[in-house]
Parts: sequence; C-alpha cells; structure tokens
Amino acid sequence: MIEFELDGKTVQAKPGSTILEVALSEGKYIPHFCYHKKLSIAANCRMCLVEVEKARAPAPACATPVTEGMKVHTCSKLAVEAQKGVMEFLLINHPLDCPICDQGGECQLQDLAVGYGRGASRFEEAKRAVVDKDLGPLVKTTMTRCIHCSRCVRFSDEIAGYQELGMSYRNNHVEVMPFIGKTVDSELSGNIIDVCPVGALTSKPFRDVARSWELSRRKSIAPHDALGSNIQVHIDKYHKVVRVLPLENEALNECWLSDRDRFSYEGLYHAERATEPMIKQDGKWHKVDWETALTYAAKSINGVKIDHGADAIGVLASAISTSEELHLLQKMMRAFGVNNLDYRLEQQDFSLDGKTEGVSYLGSSVLDLIANKAVLVVGSVLREEHPLLTQRLRQASKRGMELHSINVMAQDLLAPVATEITLDPRELVYALAQVLQATLEITNKSSNVDLSQVIPNAKTQAIAASLVKNQGHVLLGRVARGLANYSELVLLANEIARVCDGKIGTLPSLANEVGAQLVGFTPYRAAFNGYFTKGLNARQMLENQRKAYVLLNTELEQDGYSSQLALAALNKAETVVVMSAYTNDDMLEYADVILPITPFSETAGSYVNLEGTWQKFNGVTRPLGEAKPAWKILRVIANKLGLDGFEYTSIEDVRAELSNLADTSSYLNNQANIDGLKIVPAQLNGLIRFGITGIYNSDSIIRRSHSLQQTPWAKLPTLALNAKLAKILGVVDSSEVQVKQAHAQRKFTVSVCDDLADSVVLLAKNSTTLSFAGSFDAIEVNA
Amino acid sequence: MAIFEKGVIFAGIDTNNPDCWRLDEYLKRGGYQALKRILNEKITPENVIAEMKTSGLRGRGGAGFPTGLKWSFMPRTMPGQKYIVCNTDEGEPGTFKDRDIIRFNPHAVIEGMIIAGYSIGASAGYNYIHGEIFELYQRFEAALAEARAANLLGTNIVGSGFDFELHAHHGYGAYICGDETALLNSIEGRKGQPRFKPPFPAGHGLYGKPTTINNTESLASVPYILRDGGQEFMDKGIPNNGGTKLFSISGHVERPGNYEIPLGTPFSKLLEMAGGMRGGKKMKAVIPGGSSAPVLPAEIMMQCNMDYDSIAKAGSMLGSGAVIVMDEDVCMVKALERLAYFYHEESCGQCTPCREGTGWLYQIIHRIENGLGRPDDLELLDSIGNQMTGRTICALAEAAVFPVRSFTKHFRAEFEYHIEHKKCLVDHRWY
Repeated sequence: MIEFELDGKTVQAKPGSTILEVALSEGKYIPHFCYHKKLSIAANCRMCLVEVEKARAPAPACATPVTEGMKVHTCSKLAVEAQKGVMEFLLINHPLDCPICDQGGECQLQDLAVGYGRGASRFEEAKRAVVDKDLGPLVKTTMTRCIHCSRCVRFSDEIAGYQELGMSYRNNHVEVMPFIGKTVDSELSGNIIDVCPVGALTSKPFRDVARSWELSRRKSIAPHDALGSNIQVHIDKYHKVVRVLPLENEALNECWLSDRDRFSYEGLYHAERATEPMIKQDGKWHKVDWETALTYAAKSINGVKIDHGADAIGVLASAISTSEELHLLQKMMRAFGVNNLDYRLEQQDFSLDGKTEGVSYLGSSVLDLIANKAVLVVGSVLREEHPLLTQRLRQASKRGMELHSINVMAQDLLAPVATEITLDPRELVYALAQVLQATLEITNKSSNVDLSQVIPNAKTQAIAASLVKNQGHVLLGRVARGLANYSELVLLANEIARVCDGKIGTLPSLANEVGAQLVGFTPYRAAFNGYFTKGLNARQMLENQRKAYVLLNTELEQDGYSSQLALAALNKAETVVVMSAYTNDDMLEYADVILPITPFSETAGSYVNLEGTWQKFNGVTRPLGEAKPAWKILRVIANKLGLDGFEYTSIEDVRAELSNLADTSSYLNNQANIDGLKIVPAQLNGLIRFGITGIYNSDSIIRRSHSLQQTPWAKLPTLALNAKLAKILGVVDSSEVQVKQAHAQRKFTVSVCDDLADSVVLLAKNSTTLSFAGSFDAIEVNA
Repeated sequence: MAIFEKGVIFAGIDTNNPDCWRLDEYLKRGGYQALKRILNEKITPENVIAEMKTSGLRGRGGAGFPTGLKWSFMPRTMPGQKYIVCNTDEGEPGTFKDRDIIRFNPHAVIEGMIIAGYSIGASAGYNYIHGEIFELYQRFEAALAEARAANLLGTNIVGSGFDFELHAHHGYGAYICGDETALLNSIEGRKGQPRFKPPFPAGHGLYGKPTTINNTESLASVPYILRDGGQEFMDKGIPNNGGTKLFSISGHVERPGNYEIPLGTPFSKLLEMAGGMRGGKKMKAVIPGGSSAPVLPAEIMMQCNMDYDSIAKAGSMLGSGAVIVMDEDVCMVKALERLAYFYHEESCGQCTPCREGTGWLYQIIHRIENGLGRPDDLELLDSIGNQMTGRTICALAEAAVFPVRSFTKHFRAEFEYHIEHKKCLVDHRWY
C-alpha cells in the first residue's frame, strides 16, 4: 500500500491504482465522461483533470497512477478551472437540445453542466452538425450530441469482442460511426446506450416514449437465460413496462445486459397476450369469468383422473416459470396422484433419471468459472444460449484462460479459443471419449468406461493436456442436452473431471432450470433431492399418449424437442389445460381451457440461476387485462380439486415452503453413475438435423419482441448446410430444396456455410419449422 | 539544394549529381565506416551511447532531448523484441529538412538506424515517412534494397553476427503522426492519434515492445559522430548545443532552402547566407522553429543566435529549425488565420480541449480577418488558449496556441486595428 494526500486527507491505496479509482472508492466524486470502470482507459475527455502538486500541468485523474507522497487536489482553483474549461469545450458544439432529448434527466453531461458549465455561452459561431447513423433496430443515434468519449467504441471492441464502431475523421469533425453500410449487430449492443454519457445513443424502442423522471424503477430478474441477470424495470404512469436496464451485480451480469434481456419487454404487450380466461365448447372459444374457467379446468382434470386414472395426466412446464409456480404445480399434481411432471421439454435422453447425485448446475459459481485456467464447452452455441456468460468467458480467455469447444456448429466467440472441434452431433460422445482417453494416458489413471476402441487425435489430446494441467472445467450446453446420448456425455464429462481433478457442470438454458429440479418438478424425484418417484418424462408423456395435458408457461410445439410429436399428442388428448401468458393458433386448436397467467413482470416469484443462487423478485407492474399470477390460479385449482395445504394468502406463504432455496449448495451435484459404458466410434448413416434454438426464439416473450425480431440474429437462415454436402446434394447457395422429416415436408432456401460438419443439416426451430420432428432426428434434403 | 558550412550530413554531397544518394557514392564519402568499425571491433553499446552523449546531439525533431540519453533509457539487455523507429513524418509547416536528407543521403539514415539498433538492442527498425513525399519513400526503399544487397542489412551484417532489418513505412500525410506515439499507432494500423503517457515508448512502444523514436536528422548525424568522434561533433557547435543543424529557411528571403550550419551561428549570418530579405524589403517577423514556435518580431530575432538556448531566451523555440521569414507586407492576422486553420485541420480530435479549442480559435481568427471581429475577441482567444494548454494528451494543443499567443502579443495593434476597422493594417500580399 502506498500513502498519498487527497484533498488534504491522507489516503492509502494499492500501487498502480489511479487517482480517480481511489477518489471514487473514498466517496469523492471527480467529474468524468470517458472513464468507465469496465473499459480501458482513454483519458481523452479531460473532464477529470485534477491538480497534482509539483506537476507541470493538471493531470487526468483517470489515467494518473497514485504515487507515494503525491498531493492531489480535486477541487482546487486550478482543478476546477481546468474542469470548467473542458466543460465549456464540450458544450460549444453540443446542440443543448435537452428538452427533446431522451437522455434528458439522466444525462451525465446535463448533470455536470449544472456544476461546471457557464450561465451563458461565449461561443457565438456556427455549431457543428453530424449526420445520424443507422445502427440497426435497437439503438437510435443523434450523433450531433456525441461528445466523443469513445466509450461505445471501446465497449464494442473490448466487451462485445468485435469492433463495430470507430472514430472517423479528425478535429471537431470526428464522428463515431459503424462500418459503412453496416449496423451494430452484437448481441450485447444495447449496452452502448448505457455507456453513452449523453443522448447520442439512445434506445430505439424507447424513443420518445417517456421522460426518465416520470418512470418508476423496480428491481427484477431477467428471465431469458439462466444467468439471472439483475435488472431494473422502468414503469410509466400507465403501469406499463417501457424499458429495462441492468442492475449491477458483479457476480453475475456486472453492469451489462444482453439485448435479449433488455429489449424483450416489448413482447409483454404483444397482441397475442392472453388477457381473458377462455374455454372451448363445441370447437368454439368462449370468454368466461375466472370462476367458470377455473371450475372447468379442475373438472376436466378430475374427470380424466376418474375415467382413466391419475397416470393419464401429463404435466409439462417451461423452466421460465418461477420456483413458486413450479412448486405449487408439482405439489398439487403429486397430491393429486400425478408424477408425470417435467420441465425438460427439449431433452430426448432421460436415462440418467434417478441415477444422479443431485441437481445439475454450472458446477461452480460464475466467478469461480471465469477464474478457471481451462474450460471445455461441449455442445453449446454459446453466444446464442448465454450472451452475457460468453462475455465473461471472453474476458477470461483474453486474460489467459484456455477455452476449448467441441460443438456441432462453429461459432466465432470473438475471443481466443484454444481448440475448436466441429462435429456431427452423433460424434460428440466419441470426441469426449477421446478427451477422456487422452487424460487417462497423461495421468496414468484408469476408468470404468470401456475405451478400448477410442484413439485420441491431436486436438483431443491438446484439450486433455490443457484440462489436466489446469484442472479444467467441463461444461455441457443446450445442444448436448438435446442429443440422443446426452447421458453418455454426462458420464464422460464426469470421468474427465474426476481424472483431471477438475469440475463438471451444465449450462442450463432457461431461467429456472436449476430451480425446477430443486422444487422437484421432475418425474423421478421430489423436491430437494427427496424421495424417488416413477413418473413419465417429457418425451414419454408425448410418445405414450395421455388423456389430459396440463401446460404451464409453454408453447410446447415451439419449446419442445419435437414440434410434430407435441402437436400430435396435444391434438389427440381429451383435454388440454393451458396456463399461458400468450395464445397462438396451434394452442387455440389443441387447448380446451386457456387460463391467462402473467409473465415475470406481473407476478412475484423467484428463480434459481445456473450457479444455484436463489433470486426473488416482486411483480413490477399490474397484470394485463384479467390475467392472474399462476401461483394464485394453482392455489384455487388445488382448492377446487379438494386438496389440503393450499390455503396461501400471499406469495410469502408459498415461499415459506421453499426456504431451503436460500442455501442450495447441499443439493447441487452434477455427479452421475452408470456402470458398463462402452464407447465405440459413431456410425453416421444419413443426414441429421441440428434444430438450433435461435437467440431470439428462445421463449414466448422473446418470440414476440418486435425490435429483437428485426435484428440480423433473428433473420439468420433457417436451413444451412456446408459446401461439401451442398455439392453432394447438387445444390448451391440460395437454391430451393425440399426438406423432409417424418411426416413433415416443406421447401426452404439453402444457405451454404462452413460452420457445420458434412452430415449435418441445420434446420432452426422457428415458426416456419413447426410440424417438423425432433431437433436431432434424421432429415432428408432433396434438390 | 542544400547549402552547408562545416556540415556533417550534407558534407561532400554534390546535390546536382542525380546518383549522389546511391550506396557507392555514400561509401566514397566515408559511409558505413562507423558501422563497420563498431561491428568489427565489437565496440560495446555502452561505449556507443557514451560517444553519443559526448557529442551533445539534441533531438532534431523539435523537442531537443539529448539523443544519447534517450538511447540509454532503453532496457537493452531485457530479452524480447525491441524497435528503433525513425520519424520522417515531417509535417510541421515550414520544415523540409528531412526530405532533403532522404533525397540526398538516405544511407546516412540507414547507417544511423543500424547503429542505433545495435546500441539499444533492437533487431528491427521502421522509418515512418510522411505520406506527402511519396517519391522519397520510394527512394528510401531503393536505398534499403542497396543496403540489403550489400549485406548491410539483414542477418549477420558484414559478417559480424549482428542481425538487423529495416522497413520503410509511409503515412498518409497526417501532421499528428509526427507525434511519436501517434506514429506508433499508425505503423500498427490504428488511427493515428497519440497515446496517453505513461507508459512511455521506451517501455511500451511499437506493438507494446520497448521502442526508441528518433528524428531523421538526429539519426543521419550518428554515422559522423561515431566515425569522427563525439567531441569533434560537439566542437562544431557551442556548449550545450553541440554540432551542426539543418535550418529550413522559407518566406521572404532571396534564397530559401536548407542550410546546415553550426549551432550558435547568429541569425543575421544565416539570413545573409540565404541572400537577405527579398527585394530589399524590411523584415517584420520570424518564426524561428516551425509554425508551432512563437513568432518573434524582427528586432528581437536579429539579436538571436541559432541555437536552442538563445532562441528560448528570446521567448520562442528552435523546434525543428524551420525558419519562416515574413516581410513588412504580411498581415499578421491573415498569417495567423492560416496557421490556426492548419492546427484545427490537423487536430486528431481525441482530447476535448484540442478538438474543440482549435476549431474555435480558427473560427474567431477567421472572423476577425473577415471584418467580423468583436472587441473582446482577443481576450477570448487568450482565455481559450489558457484552457487548452497543458490539458491534452499530446502537444498539438500547445502548438496551436503558441502562435495565437505570440501573434496577438507582439502584433496586438494589428489585431486591434483589424477588429476596429474591419480591414488590414498593411496592404497584405503573400508575395
């Protein structure tokens, strides 16, 4: 520690820290614009000039390291005079159009101008004007307001990973601009709105919607991935969510937010929001009151139980549901005699059910994950599944973490990747077995897995060496989870972690996958690693037709493994009770009762994120129309079914039963055990589909967020295959092909890309591929 | 054309000979003797640097920092790549000395850079050449090819075991790339804008490696110093101002051009060498060290000697040695307007005070020149200048402010007249 004097006070600081860092930590504010704690230091706005005794000139506090015995004056005559001088310069070419600026009221320039600006301007010349830039559907520009702090440029380069913005030209004609004809397409682009200290970059969807001082700010948790980013939701005076901003949480999202979490709020007010209870009679939908609808729902379920037994009922919920909702649904259904409960809608291999030690999760905290020196990600399209977690891995790999990837699609992580292997989904197990075999060879350890036919190659050996040397962390992503031999991947990953003394984890994709397991929303185990049960899993429930289905928070035909399978089962069922915030045409076809529930913004609830942290939130605004929080609906249905123990009067009563979530560590365990696993090289017969879940197709809210759907990410081609396969099929880029999978066929335009293996056809899950079969099932493509 | 007296760079060069720049001509003039002696006799880098210190050579780019001392800052024994960079990004209005060095004597720069590389432990060097003298970039490349063919560059130079490679790099004419850290950014392919210091280039320079940057003239003087001895060079000048220096004389003199003369030579003598004032006009003012140096009225300038200390004492600076002579027909408002426009145009736009201040200064001076001046404009200029100097990453803000301050100080009456009468005090003509 070194000692120096800050405004007459002796202060201790770590060597190498800057004056500004120390001042801010001492609670002393030094005005600044270009400095941002998460970005590199530019020292170009010059607003933070302070007086350093014996220095030739005022020094920029953001870039000047403190030294022993230094005497700093942050508000001496010289310092303030320098700061005021800079403020005058910043304002001379600024339009001062605060009354029509969206940043007004939350603008750093406006705030600091009050303290450092002149009452009247000495500048009487013509002001510079700058042409606005089109940065895409999310970020609106008013470049004349730009003060050239370069924060957005540094963000895109350093955090988003790819420099999409730059400073062009010189002198006061300097302009921040994207590449000519290009927009800012990063999945984290919205953060440049936050880092912009003025109104140059503002939110396009929020444009002219409200003044910041009219809004109420309420804390919540982002529901679109399992990171559980902390957010503040801004509500206007009509109780409408008008924007979402990050709430700082260093352990999770830092001060950032993915575009998905930031702009998804538009979907909350989509025309397809279910706002009234409806029942279908004689093929026609009737709007009814809640009492009628709930009674109807309860009677339907009860009727099926009486006629066919409780096992004829299947209950499927999306893991975007809150812990309270999932808890009540499983409690109600188990009390009713139903164990057919599942949230793993995208999974096809359930052979580990009952053979795991506990709840699967990331395997460590996020902070521990990024502190690893080696991480192997298996089967995850990282940027689309976890935009912000990828950002943290990106920073870590820039700092020296060895990042390896074994995947079915190559994706540029905009970060140094040590080893990248792109394979057919059927080959993933063999590749992971190669890694295991190589780790065994390095460590001279042995394994129960029969690897006699497994021969590592150079790449898998390199991964193994890195994992052994650094006690690495193996992660299984959403793609891995969808594969037919997921259980083998889990077992191999476990073995690798054991052999190299590292860790294993999964990358849950939806907000509450860990919570769903903890509260027992699985067919095989009750809450908190409780007693084992024998229910049907998500796939069995659809393959073995049930008489009744209860759906919570899911459009199963889009969220499930196989759209075809889901629609067939739901359409054939006697009764389908849907609790959903949205309706769609298919749902109106298969459902018999639609109970409009509220999305995360309109209900109190909680999520357990991928590292096992329980994060509670309150409803930030009123329910839309007659929609009600699902926990209230479930409570009443349970009453109507005559079940005991559902006399809750508040969310707190429900949460009281979930107090174990406060410390989840004893339940979290990724270990799984099976004996007699034998790995042989994969046989690739025919083509396999890769049904990718696009970043902006991941849940009902996102699919209805208008602006996100305008981004290039949402317009990625539905059908893609590599050049070699295209040649074999006799097709070229943008030719039309007939795609067939089970009973579904349809024409698509081919996009040829090199990111896929030879026998893989990427056919994304989206509205055009409804009625197609499983995400990783066989597929036919004909020219 | 270059005229010299006791010169070291231009000595013995017949500038009328179109092949005077070639390797064999340079060898005839005693070129590469110093390099060969150092390499063959294995003179240690310490001794080379000591010789440089003895010579008293001060950086010829403008700041006048002792070259030997600069070399000694390099962590030359530290393992890893290090670089020597030559700054031929001569962009200061009035300065045109380095291009004549490259034109007539490129091998002196190459030899100087090899010796510098040897002394600071660098195995690679770059010469960054101003974009607007592209034909000289081509000449330098041709000279490099000659040197490579003669095994004066590359691996195992003249059989000594020392490896050194040298690359020419041409910019695109931005003045700011003459700042050493902007120059490094430009070589790296980034936008040419200065870096915040610390870290200094000696620790974290080109591609993050220790780097020494010297001016072309400094490096071109090195072979002489190492061949004939530092003391010999020192003795050509006066104490604390060792050696000879190139002065680029432009403006209203009879024979504008480059003059290589000992430091300490009286300005009156230099003026005489340049043929005196053109057409016998009266001298009004002189900018003694490139356009960013404060202007000096004729009567002060005539008392000065051409060395760092004398000019500094008079309130200006020797800078790059670009002497701009103005006669009685020059309107100082018009002259300042032109300079202010240059600095506005060339500000990189990075730091707020310079980005906004240079433009504002120009707008006001432009207004005064065009008869729209206001009574408080001179005060405003002064105040803006104070808000710019010492507040930015590099020295361009100072370069923009010094002329404004000195013009309005020494020729205030002209500015006041201009504001009041909306026209020039003198019947202005450039010619």
